[in-house]
Amino acid sequence: MLHSRSIRALAVPLISIIAGFIIGAILMLIFGYDPVQNYQNLFIGSLGDVYSLGETLRNMTPLILTALGFAVSSKAGFFNIGGPGQYLMGWFGSIVFALNFTTLPTWALISGSMVCGALLGGIWSFIAGFLRAYFGTSEVITTIMLNYIALYFVNFAVKNWLAKKGSDSSPNIVQRASLNTDFLQKITNNSTFNWGFFIAIITVFVIWMYFNKTRSGFEVRSVGLNEAASTYAGINVKKTIVIAMLLSGLLAGLGGAIDGIGNFQNISVSNNLPSVGFNGMAVALLAAENPIGIIFAALLFSALQIGGLSISVYSNTPSEIVDIVIASIIFFVGIKYIFEVILTRKWGKKQHKVTNGGANK
Amino acid sequence: MEKYVVQMKNITKNFGNYKANDDISLELKQGEILALLGENGAGKSTLMGMLSGLLQPTSGDIIINDKIVRMESPREAKKLGIGMVHQHFMLIPAFSVLENIILGDEPLKAGRINYKQAAADITLLAGKYHLEIDLNAKVRDITVGMQQRVEIMKALYRKANIFIFDEPTAALTPQEIKQLMKVLRTLAAEGKSVIFITHKLKEIKEAADRCVVIRMGKLVDTVEVSETKEESLAEMMVGHKVNFAVKKQETDQGKEIFRIENLNVEAHGQLKLKNLSLTVHAGEIVGVAGVDGNGQSELIAAITGLQKVKKGVIMLGDKQLQQQNARKIAAAGIGCIPEDRQNIGLILPLTIAENLVLKSYYKQPISNKGFLNYKRINEDGRALIEKFDIRSQSEKELVEDLSGGNQQKVIVAREINAHPDLLIAANPTRGVDIGAIEYIHEKIVEQRNSGHGVLLVSFELEEILKLSDRVVVMHEGQIVGEIDPRRTSSEELGLLMAGRKIAE
Repeated sequence: MLHSRSIRALAVPLISIIAGFIIGAILMLIFGYDPVQNYQNLFIGSLGDVYSLGETLRNMTPLILTALGFAVSSKAGFFNIGGPGQYLMGWFGSIVFALNFTTLPTWALISGSMVCGALLGGIWSFIAGFLRAYFGTSEVITTIMLNYIALYFVNFAVKNWLAKKGSDSSPNIVQRASLNTDFLQKITNNSTFNWGFFIAIITVFVIWMYFNKTRSGFEVRSVGLNEAASTYAGINVKKTIVIAMLLSGLLAGLGGAIDGIGNFQNISVSNNLPSVGFNGMAVALLAAENPIGIIFAALLFSALQIGGLSISVYSNTPSEIVDIVIASIIFFVGIKYIFEVILTRKWGKKQHKVTNGGANK
Repeated sequence: MEKYVVQMKNITKNFGNYKANDDISLELKQGEILALLGENGAGKSTLMGMLSGLLQPTSGDIIINDKIVRMESPREAKKLGIGMVHQHFMLIPAFSVLENIILGDEPLKAGRINYKQAAADITLLAGKYHLEIDLNAKVRDITVGMQQRVEIMKALYRKANIFIFDEPTAALTPQEIKQLMKVLRTLAAEGKSVIFITHKLKEIKEAADRCVVIRMGKLVDTVEVSETKEESLAEMMVGHKVNFAVKKQETDQGKEIFRIENLNVEAHGQLKLKNLSLTVHAGEIVGVAGVDGNGQSELIAAITGLQKVKKGVIMLGDKQLQQQNARKIAAAGIGCIPEDRQNIGLILPLTIAENLVLKSYYKQPISNKGFLNYKRINEDGRALIEKFDIRSQSEKELVEDLSGGNQQKVIVAREINAHPDLLIAANPTRGVDIGAIEYIHEKIVEQRNSGHGVLLVSFELEEILKLSDRVVVMHEGQIVGEIDPRRTSSEELGLLMAGRKIAE
């Protein structure tokens, strides 16, 4: 029973992924492109050699962290759309720290940058969590608003405080503060692969431990599954909500910080919210908010994005086809209810049986 | 030959490998009241689900008025004259009674709803079937009994000939139940046919002509009610002899352990408890009787710290509890089996073991420096599963996969294992099968016999009268009377519950 439950949990994302690729293939056929060739290029371009692999792994790092952030709030029953803003604040925080504390020893400079970024992201989601817990303000609205506050605040700060007059970007951080190392670049044929990836993987296991082994994680899960029962059991629901939201923002902020000092090395004025914040939500949904599943979902998304670049290099197929595949996958995950119904009919499960005695309901 | 309006022949319904109904046949005659008796989980609702078009049989035929039919939806069942009165009424509270009745079948006049004609039609029907309803009242303002009559009228208005009632008496007072039985007989006398689902034997004896008993998805027997004793009905339903009496040794009333004084509680701007006072002694079960919605939920919520106390004192021994939070109150020695086990008492998607520590996980030795000792949680879980006879595959099984009775046992195990000085049990056996009822009653009495106090809040009068040493009656947020359960009748209790003082 437990066994078939986990098989079914895997079935929905797998079917969604396959269906997404099929939709992409159909569209390519309609418009006269070769799906087999393109998917092959996609694969080679994302995982085919060490360079591509390095790029894919680097690109999936922030996805993992923003997805984890979304998953944590979601486990507590909240829809934290603030990932982009929290990620941006994290990015900003890491660069500010790395630019200002260059005299610190390397380990302190790097970890300080990451902590500073994570904390800024955490503050951003904490505001939403606090408003939600104590004033009942919908976290959907506050996190969206906070996204825009983050965007325009960071633009203002970069332009006025960090960038030289007339420039739209901050200076680069010192090499010492970067998560890039010669060693990792060398073994991946000069890709942007950096230590951030390993930090993200470790974080996944920390979060897994948090949910499955700690008291606080148990409380977050309980509140997310049933707030009324948690209150009855004596759990401080408000505090738990705030903790979960804070943790959620810390993770997204850490994602931004790692991208900041690992990938970008500086921060620029931007017109839009960073899409990695939104993509993280999609990754979390595809992984059904399972921390370990998030690693694989992030790998898939990242591979599609990186591999998509080479689609347009090796053929005249527009690389946007990859976005269609990604969007279709998310769409199919979103309508997983339909798959569940089909699977239930097919595999016929006791789970959906109508029990007698309406009094049980 | 008598005319059969419904024949269900060799009906089998599978959900995957699980046989919910296995080769069940039943017939319903015109003008007959047929009871469908079975424990929770026996397959009653599944069977009626097929008759009302919600489900489709895996095999077997449904014959209505001598025609084999295959109903793909409740709409088709309605067209064939089948009306279902659900246990949880499908009414819109903000609409008037009239609007609720015509909803979906509004008579139109030039594109607009012809309320006049609808009201006239319904009044005519109401007269014919002696159904008292106030067409202009809003559904949210009327009693449960009246809501049920609205549901019946909805079916009548759609020209139903076959009525299915799903546990119709669950939320009614004794007086309302009597009225309902009268309505059932009127329906039958007018040539309509009635099936009612129940697990209450008294009602079957009172109203039904014949009774179909099913157990674990199989037909046990179809019997003439007039020729069958209650005891044998119960035996058929459960499959073994049933012991109705609870062993309850006489105990002397101990010292007072729990006291409420002048409790006032406000919810949604309304005063739900008005100067309520109550005491429980050691070794005593105090029953709180009353119709649903007279402040029982607020009383429990106030004691357990889920609702703010406006005024008044709650004392357990010499500890004041009225301003404490839920965790402190539980730690002080109050256990609670809440009335809504699936939404309040348990977190269904968690495991049995996790649910068993839901109130104690934060203490040593389960929690150590912020980490939970899952080995210990699961070991303790196994021990309690054994001790409280919770039927399950393992302590890691999710509670949502357990039957209602076993879910309730999880709560009982958790609460009793905390050794509370006062145990609050709110409708502890609602929707639980007979075997589990016996077991839960035993545990509650054990609690009393070992010198602890029990506050039993229940809508089942029989349960209250059977278990309690003392019964208080709640009406509109007040205790309106106290009676000795050994010297009272359900009639007297019913009158008190309806708000009348004994002396009148």
